[in-house]
Amino acid sequence: MSVAERSTFKRRLDSLGVTVTEGPESACAALIDEAAGSPAVGVALSDDRTESDAAALALPSRVTTDPTTADLRAAHTGVTDASLGVAEYGSVALEADSEGTEPVSLFVERHVVVLREADLVPDMPDAFEWLGPRTRDESVDVVFATGPSATADMGGLVHGAHGPKEVHVVLLREESTDEADDEAPSEAEVTADE
Amino acid sequence: MSSDASKGDRIRELMATEGDAVAENTRGFNKGRIESTGRLGDYEELKADAREIKEDAIARLPELLEQVKTSVEANGGTVYVADDAADANRYITELTAEERDADRLVKSKSMTSEEIEVNEALEAEGVEVVETDLGEWVLQLADEAPSHIVAPAIHKSRESIAALFAERFDPEDPPETAEELTMFARERLGELIEDADVGMTGANFIAADSGTMLLVTSEGNARKTVTATDTHIAVAGVEKLVPTVEDFAPFVELIGRSGTGQDVTSYISTLTPPVGSPVPDFEDDASPLADGSADDRDFHLILIDNGRLSMRDDEQLKETLYCIRCSACSNACGNFQSVGGHAFGGETYSGGIATGWEAGIEGLDTAAEFNDLCTGCSRCVPACPVGIDIPWINTVVRDRINRGETDPDQTDWLFDELSPDEEPAGLDLSTRIVGNYETLAKWGSLTAPVANRLADAGPVRAIAERVAGIDRRRDLPEFASESLVDWFEARGGARVPAESATREAVLYPDTATNYVDVDRGKAAVRVLEALDVHVKVPDLPGSGRPPLSQGMIATAELAAEDVYASLATHVDAGRDVVVIEPSDLAMFRTEYEKFLPAASHERLAEASYDVMEYCFGLLENGGDPAALRAPTAGTGPVASGTRVAYHPHCQARTIGVGEHATAVMEALGYDVRVSDTECCGMAGSFGYKSDYYELSMDVGEPIREQFGDTDRTVVAAGTSCTEQIDALLGDAPMHPIELIAPRA
Repeated sequence: MSVAERSTFKRRLDSLGVTVTEGPESACAALIDEAAGSPAVGVALSDDRTESDAAALALPSRVTTDPTTADLRAAHTGVTDASLGVAEYGSVALEADSEGTEPVSLFVERHVVVLREADLVPDMPDAFEWLGPRTRDESVDVVFATGPSATADMGGLVHGAHGPKEVHVVLLREESTDEADDEAPSEAEVTADE
Repeated sequence: MSSDASKGDRIRELMATEGDAVAENTRGFNKGRIESTGRLGDYEELKADAREIKEDAIARLPELLEQVKTSVEANGGTVYVADDAADANRYITELTAEERDADRLVKSKSMTSEEIEVNEALEAEGVEVVETDLGEWVLQLADEAPSHIVAPAIHKSRESIAALFAERFDPEDPPETAEELTMFARERLGELIEDADVGMTGANFIAADSGTMLLVTSEGNARKTVTATDTHIAVAGVEKLVPTVEDFAPFVELIGRSGTGQDVTSYISTLTPPVGSPVPDFEDDASPLADGSADDRDFHLILIDNGRLSMRDDEQLKETLYCIRCSACSNACGNFQSVGGHAFGGETYSGGIATGWEAGIEGLDTAAEFNDLCTGCSRCVPACPVGIDIPWINTVVRDRINRGETDPDQTDWLFDELSPDEEPAGLDLSTRIVGNYETLAKWGSLTAPVANRLADAGPVRAIAERVAGIDRRRDLPEFASESLVDWFEARGGARVPAESATREAVLYPDTATNYVDVDRGKAAVRVLEALDVHVKVPDLPGSGRPPLSQGMIATAELAAEDVYASLATHVDAGRDVVVIEPSDLAMFRTEYEKFLPAASHERLAEASYDVMEYCFGLLENGGDPAALRAPTAGTGPVASGTRVAYHPHCQARTIGVGEHATAVMEALGYDVRVSDTECCGMAGSFGYKSDYYELSMDVGEPIREQFGDTDRTVVAAGTSCTEQIDALLGDAPMHPIELIAPRA
């Protein structure tokens, strides 16, 4: 992930009408809490599902994880993570996994997407280089979502045709571990800009 | 098709009822395409990659079919290759109605499913089918067919949709705004999706290596259709197969931009079904969503042949299979913008490439119904993301129609003299007259005073309209009594001797310049000589453009051979070939590739120049602009103002010589405003035909809007543009070469 990619990504999201908030991983729950409407359902973030770094990326407690279909129906907001971001297009890759990322991001008014900066790639060919082996080895299903659901079929552009009307991206910076990191100086530069 | 009055009536009716809505939308999409592709740094590269992937995939189709069966089955799905629509529908109805005992199937948008008419087949078995794409749902409620392959309901206004909802649902608070209509549809369809048993989608691409399918959507209905139901049926033509998932990348970048001008659509679903999402249980909704129900999902991929494998063996129609159905060719097309897919379309597909699809799937009869509407203006060619030569496919189909639909009763003997072509007897008369325009023009020039008077006489025009379909409202070309070639010879040939010239050029006396608009030929000679070029104007055969426009390929091919034979010695002698009529230059550069050996085509194409392109080159290489007419120098009937309005010819734009005239005129000090309209709508003979007169004028209407009350001097390069602009603006424009030519 380069600084240029992050600013391209944010610029694209802005032009799509997607709001972005940023912060360190430790601020994850707070950023989601700020972005999510109520009631909110969610799918545990991938870090939570693995043994490493347990609970580093936590959802706020008011977000119902492992929801029932009734919870989903009643929800205003769905919170899920994205596996990948595509800077040039402002797209996020959502996995239709067994935890329900797809319905939770789809059958709601607002989708709050959590993306780690480390998972941002520059352009579409990079995304498909990433996807190819995963489809062959793991038969994954991935939706590249770019902005809210939209239609122009009813005589004008309207957001929220079948899917979410609003999308909010929570972009998580890596905790800067050491100064030796190649990108550390420029990271600081951009942070100062914001 | 002069006798087919109903065709003209149908076109006029559609222009009145749907034309405005279609025009607004398609012109918006077309503008969006130009802007969106303009933002790509590597547009041409992406197009080349996309083309290469499709060529490779279609070449390896049988192998990919075997591979995708293996990969989908390994994922737990089923593949069925259906020979035709009936075969596909049998499989789908058995699965849905019998095995699943389904009450309702929900669908996302799929043209292939419309091609096989699966809705009707399912409904006959008692399965309710609900289109969930908002545009398709509107059409389903209204019982209408799509007018556009991507945006199916563009012919319907917001008001007509509001009226439709009010009538069908009688809601308490009838939705009116686009927002209200959308939310109304979202709620209704949301409920119908929740209770559905089976979900059906199309597929834009399918990767053989993994069984992954790609769906390009914006609304989210395809996502819901797949997620909410436990049985997923995907219907796709066999041509949708590509080797790998990585091959999707260029298409993802191109398809939205090429179609509606979106850099990317909201959702690009890359599914490797059966998908991994749990199936929400909307009836018993108290249990957890993530209940492992993904394992119960069932997936069927129905790959449709329905004529495609035969198209693959047809050298001319094969290119159609590269089509990714983005709709760029529809949106870029002047005629389509005016009438939409209800006139410019067949059973299922619409727009320029539809001729290929309908000819391959339904047959020539269906393609014949709308094939005329491709005028060969070629503006779709640079728009097509996979580089299909769409006008050529239309020409090939027209040729086959000409050869297949012969009427032995036609009184051909009457016209043998005027139609010395290579085409079958009984060819439609108006086709033949236009196709043999060169002979007609030669005869008209020889007998000019009589021919012109006769051509204008009322009874003759009436007969021309009835027999040959030539509309009475059009002015017929007036033949000159001295051809350009004769004039040049009579003046004693070249005035700049070869020895002292900077270059030597053959000025090609195209049929229109030689026999009708001789003045622009004379102006070209003066310009070239003023720039120290030794000019020759030999008697040369016609380029074959008129017969080609009528689908008379064999005749056009002979013309190409004649032209090359006549020009070869000139080219060998190092002479440039300078062409005034852009449609003839486009023949030399583009279409002759199909008719001549590769080396011959390349030699002629490289030696040939548009006359304004040639001037541009001469000026760039030290030619003296002072030798040409600057804005202030003129006084005569030729307007001398500095302000010029210029309409570049459609084919000149496509082959990249539309802008040289602008550069030359600006270099001489003219203030040039260029027309935004890509094709004037006349397109050779098209606008002369009674069935198409109003359509042709409607396509040219934006030129009138732009230049109708201009005080600028209007210039245009093409003969047919000249006729059309004369009709639109009430005054004939001159060729830019006449504007800059020193006075005689």
